[in-house]
Amino acid sequence: MDTELLARVQFAFTIAFHYIYPPLSIGLGVLLVIMEGLYLKTKNKLYEEMTRFWIKVFALTFALGVATGIVMEFEFGTNWATYSRFVGDVFGSALAAEGIFAFFLESGFLAILVFGWHRVSPKMHFFSTCMVSLGSMLSAVWIVVANSWQQTPAGYHIVGEGIKARAEIIDFWAMVFNPSSVDRLSHTLSGAWLAGAFLVLSVNAYYLLKGKHIEFAKAGMKIALFFALFASLFQLFTGHRSADGISKNQPAKLAAMEAHFDSSAAADLYLFGVPDVDTKKVKFGIGIPGGLSFMLYQNFSTPVKGLDAFPKNELPPVNFVFQTYHAMVALGMAMIGIAVLGVFLLLRKRLFEQIWFLRLLVVTVLFPQAANQLGWFTAEVGRQPWIVYGLLKTSDGLSKTVQANQILFSLIMFTAIYALLFVLFLFLLDQKIKHGPDTHEDEVAEYHTQISIIDDLKEGK
Amino acid sequence: MPFQFDLNTIWFLLIGVLFTGYAILDGFDLGVGALHLFSKGDTDRRILINSIGPVWDGNEVWLVTGGGALFAAFPNVYASAFSGFYSAFMLLLAVLIFRAVAIEFRSKHPSAIWRRNWDIAFSIASIVIALLMGVSLGNLINGVPLETDGDIYMSLLDMLNPYALLAGVTTLSLFIMHGSIYLVMKTEGALQEQVRGWVNNSIIFFVVCYASITMATLVYFPSMAEPFKQHPWLFSLALLNMLSVANIPRMIHLKKEFFAFLSSCSSIAALLALFAIGMYPNMIISTINTLNNITVYNGSSSQQTLKTMLIIACIGVPFVLTYTIVIYRIFRGKVKIDKMSY
Repeated sequence: MDTELLARVQFAFTIAFHYIYPPLSIGLGVLLVIMEGLYLKTKNKLYEEMTRFWIKVFALTFALGVATGIVMEFEFGTNWATYSRFVGDVFGSALAAEGIFAFFLESGFLAILVFGWHRVSPKMHFFSTCMVSLGSMLSAVWIVVANSWQQTPAGYHIVGEGIKARAEIIDFWAMVFNPSSVDRLSHTLSGAWLAGAFLVLSVNAYYLLKGKHIEFAKAGMKIALFFALFASLFQLFTGHRSADGISKNQPAKLAAMEAHFDSSAAADLYLFGVPDVDTKKVKFGIGIPGGLSFMLYQNFSTPVKGLDAFPKNELPPVNFVFQTYHAMVALGMAMIGIAVLGVFLLLRKRLFEQIWFLRLLVVTVLFPQAANQLGWFTAEVGRQPWIVYGLLKTSDGLSKTVQANQILFSLIMFTAIYALLFVLFLFLLDQKIKHGPDTHEDEVAEYHTQISIIDDLKEGK
Repeated sequence: MPFQFDLNTIWFLLIGVLFTGYAILDGFDLGVGALHLFSKGDTDRRILINSIGPVWDGNEVWLVTGGGALFAAFPNVYASAFSGFYSAFMLLLAVLIFRAVAIEFRSKHPSAIWRRNWDIAFSIASIVIALLMGVSLGNLINGVPLETDGDIYMSLLDMLNPYALLAGVTTLSLFIMHGSIYLVMKTEGALQEQVRGWVNNSIIFFVVCYASITMATLVYFPSMAEPFKQHPWLFSLALLNMLSVANIPRMIHLKKEFFAFLSSCSSIAALLALFAIGMYPNMIISTINTLNNITVYNGSSSQQTLKTMLIIACIGVPFVLTYTIVIYRIFRGKVKIDKMSY
């Protein structure tokens, strides 16, 4: 196999695995702020139990996020050395800002969240929760800014030629606010909020179905449901903004997303279909004729730049991008439907009796996860064959010194380790969910065992 | 090359500070891990793991940030070293993850065999991480086959040359010493008495390694000593290092564990400073042609990026230092096992 394919597979695999965890941290982080804020305001023990329980889950997702995140940072240099030299000047400052502003904030205060209940005041604990949540969102800011620069480069000039060429920043803020960063950041964040909201919904629905921790589950479900409604609607808005931006900045990607072949024609909006690149048709397609034209220009007959406007070797794989994009949109719409229906049932006071709906909620935890992955596949594969859009081809970004067999070996190694890590994650998550929230009685019992351990230690046992 | 206090040098120093922070902080985590199997009984082993419980994750963030800053300030160094040391760094990633898994998994199941196996995994992973980091540093001093366009063709076996292995063992001994002192602070009773014994042995181990590597460096890489000949006041760093190490048993004896720990921190900082001074202005040395060397000048980002990042660092670092110290103060004192523990 060739190094380019192996390097791409390895990067795709490790980033996709990594991206299971940060969205959960970001989404749960916001929910923790809401839960603990409610506790401080109402002094209701239920909210304290809730905060404590979800902090444990948060800590687990964070630990996995760090472990798999270190891999990502190494991989830019190990597998994509030429790319790293090319973008270092631009990408680097965003990554440094992420480290200094976000990672330290999140990891430092997380220690207080998890281990500091008896050591700091409730207000200080709440402050730590806010800082952790802020840190998790700031890390999204910088990494998405860097990735957006790869999609829509701005504020730079090219220095040097050939293998020595690299992009240098001439305007820091133009780089930060490049044409796609705000749209893509808000779209990414709302996807992450959905991941957190649907996890909380799923676990609480499970408790209700099992008849365990009823009050805890009902209270948690209310918070998560309203959050899911807000996030899913915001997701629709930011998704529309993103598509609008792509039509201006990356027309080849948009043409592939909707399999629009002919530049002289209006573009359709498909619900689903199978694009055929040879016949330039979408088979089995059901959709709105001229729908994309209407969405972009409020007119069903305005022509949209199609795939024929680009050289063949500058096109992304059309069918792949079409399918990932449409699956993401379908899942997004499904989540809006579920959130709206849930809130409706809640307001009619019928939510907690609808067994079928609770069962549905248990499995929908996978929806935002799948949608997030599919969205990133659309964004990244849709940018191909470029690694930096219009400036550097993916095939030119590789490490020259790394051989195919080395990558094959590391790919096998990561597959094995990540399989272990994923089993660990599911095992620990399952254990925490089965264990459920700690009640006040558990606290007292725990206190006594602590005292006895300390006594044992004093006696030198 | 004369020392110039410009943006490139400032960033060389800052990255040095980040990696020193990492070595000091994760150094004791790794040291505790390396010593883990010397403790007996489940309670003692849990206390050892939980002594680093609230902080090890955060300490690894220093590595992430150090790597990020290297990417940002010196992309050519980052790209050449990371692609050139491919196999070693992949192995490093594997053990870093495996160690985290071992910490998380170990206490989740009461079975003795389960716990013993994870204890072994945790300890071996910690030892391998320390060795690999030392080996990488050793290769930087040694020089690598760096070609004109920044490519390094080097296998894992090429990296395991005698000098680099000695650097690896020295790093391990340093972290073991550091970790044992940290444990004296964090334990009490019989366990603390046992740990005090480890401190003395680990100091001897470290001093032997340190003397060997100093000799080897002076014999094989006399250029590392060049700056010290030109600026004799730099010897104060070597002196600081020795005084710091000598101070440790004294403070342990006086039961001032915290000061012993500070001494250990300062000896790590002094050692890395000696390394950095010996290297400057080179960051990667070529064994093929010195013209290929990547220095703080030909390996750096543009002046504007270095300046932007300096502003970012000036805003961010005071915050980081403040809350890092606050958090360590909150968790000072002896380890107590409770339900949030590993």
